[in-house]
This record gives sequence, structure tokens and C-alpha cells, in this order.
Amino acid sequence: MTDTSTQLREPWANFSRQQEAGKFGIWVFLASEVLFFGALMLTYTVCRIEHTEAFAAAGRETNIWYGTANTAILLTSSLTMAMAAQAAAAPERFRRLVLGCLLTTAALGLAFLVVKGFEYKEDIDKHLVPGSHFALPQAGAQLFYGLYWLITGVHAVHLSIGIVLVSRLILLGYLRKIELRENPEVEVTALYWHLVDIVWIFLYPLIYLPGRAS
Amino acid sequence: MRSKVTDALLNGELPLPPRPDYLRHGSTISSWLITTDHKRIAILYAITITVFFFMGGAAITAVRLELFEPNGWLLTSDTYNKLFSFHGIVMVWFFLVPSIPNTLGNFLLPLMIGAPDVAFPRLNLFSWYLTIAAGMLTVYALVAGGVDTGWTFYTPYSTMFSNSHVFAAAAGVFVVGFASIATGVNFIATTHMLRAPGMTWFRLPLFVWAIYATSIIMVLATPVLAISLLLVIAERWLGLPIFDPAQGGDPILFQHLFWFYSHPAVYIMVLPAMGVVSEVIPCFARRRIFGYDFMVYAMVAIAGIGFFVWGHHMFVSGQSIYASLIFSFLSFIIAVPSAIKVFNWTASLYRGQISFDSPMLYALGFVGLFTTGGLSGLFLASIPVDVHVTDTYFVVAHFHYIMVGGSVSAFFAGLHFWWPKITGKMYPDGWARFAAILMYAGFNMTFLPQFFAGYLGMPRRYHTYPPEFQIYNVMSSAGAAVLAAAYLLPLGYFAWSLFYGTRAGNNPWRATGLEWTTTSPPPPKNFDRQPRVDRGPYDYHAAGQSAGTDPPEVQNAREVV
Repeated sequence: MTDTSTQLREPWANFSRQQEAGKFGIWVFLASEVLFFGALMLTYTVCRIEHTEAFAAAGRETNIWYGTANTAILLTSSLTMAMAAQAAAAPERFRRLVLGCLLTTAALGLAFLVVKGFEYKEDIDKHLVPGSHFALPQAGAQLFYGLYWLITGVHAVHLSIGIVLVSRLILLGYLRKIELRENPEVEVTALYWHLVDIVWIFLYPLIYLPGRAS
Repeated sequence: MRSKVTDALLNGELPLPPRPDYLRHGSTISSWLITTDHKRIAILYAITITVFFFMGGAAITAVRLELFEPNGWLLTSDTYNKLFSFHGIVMVWFFLVPSIPNTLGNFLLPLMIGAPDVAFPRLNLFSWYLTIAAGMLTVYALVAGGVDTGWTFYTPYSTMFSNSHVFAAAAGVFVVGFASIATGVNFIATTHMLRAPGMTWFRLPLFVWAIYATSIIMVLATPVLAISLLLVIAERWLGLPIFDPAQGGDPILFQHLFWFYSHPAVYIMVLPAMGVVSEVIPCFARRRIFGYDFMVYAMVAIAGIGFFVWGHHMFVSGQSIYASLIFSFLSFIIAVPSAIKVFNWTASLYRGQISFDSPMLYALGFVGLFTTGGLSGLFLASIPVDVHVTDTYFVVAHFHYIMVGGSVSAFFAGLHFWWPKITGKMYPDGWARFAAILMYAGFNMTFLPQFFAGYLGMPRRYHTYPPEFQIYNVMSSAGAAVLAAAYLLPLGYFAWSLFYGTRAGNNPWRATGLEWTTTSPPPPKNFDRQPRVDRGPYDYHAAGQSAGTDPPEVQNAREVV
């Protein structure tokens, strides 16, 4: 077993209880996040039911290649994140593997944001920002793009926070300021990362498939 | 053995323990501002919400003064709108929501379950800083010129027409929501993970159950408020149409999202109050709480059903009549657990040895005012009556009976009950009893006339009113002056007690509960030894009524091994 005394924090009497509480706390927080994105998706659903045709027409204007590439990137990042969490939880010394996986995860997260940036640029060029110069004539198409910018923006903010959290683990772990092995912070960060990924799995069909799937 | 030692300490026969209590553990400003001690954070919150309480109170004082005259004499209509909006925003999000959970809850939750601190102490401090940042945004909105949407931020007025500082106010509420979520996560994890050995779920004091149920609502409802305000901000500042009818948007959707939070928020405000009263009444009636199990089920039921009644705020919004029927039915249903609680508090008094100390007076005031508020709520749950009184002073009176008559009375009950534990000092009980009675009288003088004015048709939020309503408004404003005096009094005698109050001793009320087994004020880590629990809460037995005939101090001593 590792010497866990350096990782033990107030108010915990033993380390396994502290680990358990960290995971429990993040699960409760994720429940809150589900309601956060759930409310956004509800808003989307209500608007889409009222404007089915306009949402189909607006959905066809999105760039499915960017969206699909980003889905692949994010799913792969979840794989490396899960590998980091598993390797960190193991009692053996997997320090380099953990650091490598975390680094790949953060890099994939950044890649997602870069692709998203190119996609945003294209959207702006195609006048898909709601306002007086909006490209599509259908009533309700502006609602789709209002929600598109907001939801993807909120998701990107979440992903950026995730990248910061992962980078923090890499930095502190690389400098040996924290012990990565059996550190609950790796799994807590991983759970948050997976949530951001799962939210995207829901967003992908909502944004890119209307008007294409049927 | 231990109780003899404790008694000896109280009598001054032995020197006090050398270790300083949490208040004297450090005296620099930074020892407070970077503290992770839940008790100090509770004090920080207490100071913060007191400031906000008097800010919100000052705003409504101007409004009540204005309403002495049917056509006003003091304020412009614009200022009037901004003052009642500021009053609502500050009182709901910066006073009532954090009031009991973040002050008494923060202080007592670890003590009551026998823990040294909350589960995530640094997150706890972070939550306070978020509250401060959010409060500064909201105060900025006022200083920069105010916001005039009312506390509800209804679209399309807030998104398309208001020329006031909606952004700053909405952003303030958005940020304080995250403080609320952080606190909720922290309290849920604390209750699950840090209970002392033997502290099973059904040995938890009802206050802990109340805080737990409240935390669940905070975690699950607040994110929806965050989204609804984010959508308003996005539409207003980024020009993204969400609720704009010209683009096919639906302004009513905002009301659904907003009330999905804001109705459960009423239970965020009143469940902790119920928890406080459930501690105070058994202590001053010297009786075990009647029907402990059902008190727990009732609180969980209120927290659960509370998520499915939001539509009763929208009976006149044009929503489907079938939706209205279901929301009406569920609103009647949620009165059942509330009534169970009122009956159980009353039954706990039966054959008790009641003493009318100030916490008890406030608690009994709570029961009366909460019952009045709750019964008037049934009028509003009934669709035909609600259509008649929607947006009148009847609604204003109803929710002030719950949120001010109920929650604020209970907050004062808790403050008076645990003040000796928090500060180690006793306040002058005569003054406190006087303030309690004054508050009850002043409250009823202020809000009872509003039921009549509202039933007769006086709309809420209007700056001017027909002269026939003047009598009710003069009564209400006069009552508000009495109420203001009753709120200022405790500020005086509590401050006095800090300097001149007698030492309280560990358990001045002879109450049960782990928080009374440690010193007053408690040491930084709460307990010298890990407490162990072998019995339920509320072990108040009159002699001969049950197996345990020892006085509570002895029983408490047995809990500590």
C-alpha cells in the first residue's frame, strides 16, 4: 500500500473514506449538471416541436464533418481519460502511463476546441448568427441557431474547465507535488470529463442530424 | 463521570481547558477570511446575510412609506419598481435561501452528526466567496440605476423592453446559484459520509433531515434557474432569440423554467425552518417529538412533490387546462405532509412541561403563521379562486406568511436557541421575549390587511391604488414599522450579550443532541473525543414516563464514550 498520510485531509479520519466522499460528492454535482444541460435540451425540444420544419432546414446547414470529427475526438479522449483513472487507481507504479494518458486527454480536448473554432468561423461566414443578416428565411431557424450557439458555447466552457483540471493534474503530478497513484482527484476529474463527453453524445444528434436522418 | 466534570467546570471549580475555542483560535482578519472551519464560515455567512437583510428591508421600507398615500408622495413610479424588485431579489437569493442552511446549518450540521467539519471545508469557504461576488454584482445593479423586472425576471419584458440593469442582477443571481449548489453538494456528502458511529439515519435530528432535504432541492433545482437566467442574458446581450415571439420563441417557456426552480425554492426556504422548529419545540415542551418517522417522510415528500407543482404559478398564463388540473391536484396533495408536520408539532406539546422562553415563543409563532400561510395556499391551489386573486396582494400576503412569518420566525427561533452555543453567552431573555411577541404582532398587522386588500382586488406591484384601499395600506405600513422595530431589537441585545452576557455553559436549555455535549463555544474540531450514539434524538422524558429517567445531561454523557 501507498503511504497515504500525505494525501489525508481534514476532516477525514482515514484515506479510503476520503476517497469515497470525493467520488460521492462529484456524483452529486454531476446530478446537478444533468439538470443544467437537461433544462437546455428541454428548451431545444419545445422549440423543435413548435418548428419541426425550420429545425430540419437549419440542421442541414450545420457542418456534419466537423461535428463527426469532434465526436470521434471526444470519445477517444474519454478512452484515454478512463485509462488514466484505471492506471492511477491500481496499486502498481503506473506514473508514466497515467501522465501519458492525461496528456493525450488534454491534447484531444484542445483539438476539439480547435475544430470547433474552425466550425464557428464557417458558421459566421455563412451568416448563421441570429440577427438582421441571418441567412435562413424560415421562422424558427433563428431559434435553432440561438440554441446552437448557446448550447455549444456552454459545452465548450465545460470542456475548457475540464482541460484546466486535467492540466493541473499533469503539472502537479509531473512536478511530484501530488502523488497520482490512488489519488481520488484523478477519478473525480475523470467523472467530470465523462459527463462533458456524454453531454456531447446527446448534442451531436440534436445539432447535426435534424433534416439529415429522415 | 463526565457530567460531574462538566458541572465542576461550570461552577468554576476547575480551570477551563487550555485549548481556545473556535472564536479565540485566531484573531487576525486573515484567520477569518481563509478559514475552513465550518463554524467560522457560518459566522461569515451570518454577517453577510444580516447586511443583505437590512438592505432588502430598507428598500421595502421606502415602498411601504410610499403606499401610505393612494397616489404616492415620495417616489417616482420608476424608482418604486426598482425598489420592490431589489427587495425581492435580495430577500429571496441573498437572505432567505442562504439564511438557515448556510448559518445555522453550516454551524450545526457537523456538530449534530458528531463530525469535526463538513465533508469539503475548502468548497464551503469557496461558496461564501461566490455569495460575496454575486452580492456585489446585485448591489452594483442597484447602484448603477436598479432593475425593474421584479424578482421573477419575466420575459419578454426582461429580454426585450426593460431599460434597467437586468444583466448585472441576473448575473448576480446566476452566480449565487452556484454557491447554493456547492453548499448542497457539501451538505449531502457530509450527511452521508461523516455521521458518528451509531448515528443511524433514523437517529438523525430532524434539523439534519431538513438540511439534507433542502440540499437535494438546491442541487437539483438551482441549475434550472441558472439556465433560465442564462437564456435571458443570452437573448438580451448576445441577441440570441430564445423567447422572442417575433422569431417564433415562447415567453411562457421562461415561466416554466423559472418556476421549476422557484417553486421548489420556497421549500428551500421553509424546510430548514421546519427543522429548527422541530428542535426547539421538544426542548421547551420536554417531550419527545411526536411521530418522528412521519416527520422525516413528510419532509422528503415535500422535497419530492415540490418539484411537480410549479404550474400553479401559471394558471392564468394560457397553459393547458389539463396541465392546470394536475398542478392544482398536486398542490393540494403537498398540503398533506405540511399538515402532518403541523399536527405533529402540536401533538408534541400535548402533556408537555412547556416553558415560554424566547426560542419557544418564536417557534410557536412559526407554527401559527406557517399554518395561516399554508391554508391561504390552498385558496391559491384552487383554480377558480386563484384566477380571481392572481397577482393581487392576496398572493403577497400568502407568501410572506410562509417566507417571513414562517422562515424568518424560525430563523430567529434557531438564532435564540443556539446563540449560547455559538457565542458562549446568554442574551437578556426578557428583551428577547418582548421582541418575539412584537414580531408576531407586527407581522400580523403588516400582512393580514393585505389578504383583505388582495381579495377585494388590489393588484400587487402597482405604484398607485384606488382610495378605498388606503385603510388597508395604512394598517400594513404601520404594522411594518412595528415589524422593523422587532427586527432591530435582537441586533441590540445580541450585541450587548457579546460584551456583557453571562457565560452560557454547555447546555443551558438542558437539550438533547450532540451539539450540546461539547463546550460553548465549541473547540475548533468540535469534539475532544469521537462521539458515539446509542439512542434517537429528543430523549426528553418526564420522570416515570419511560425507561430513561436520568436528566438529559447524564443521558448525553452516556453518548460520549
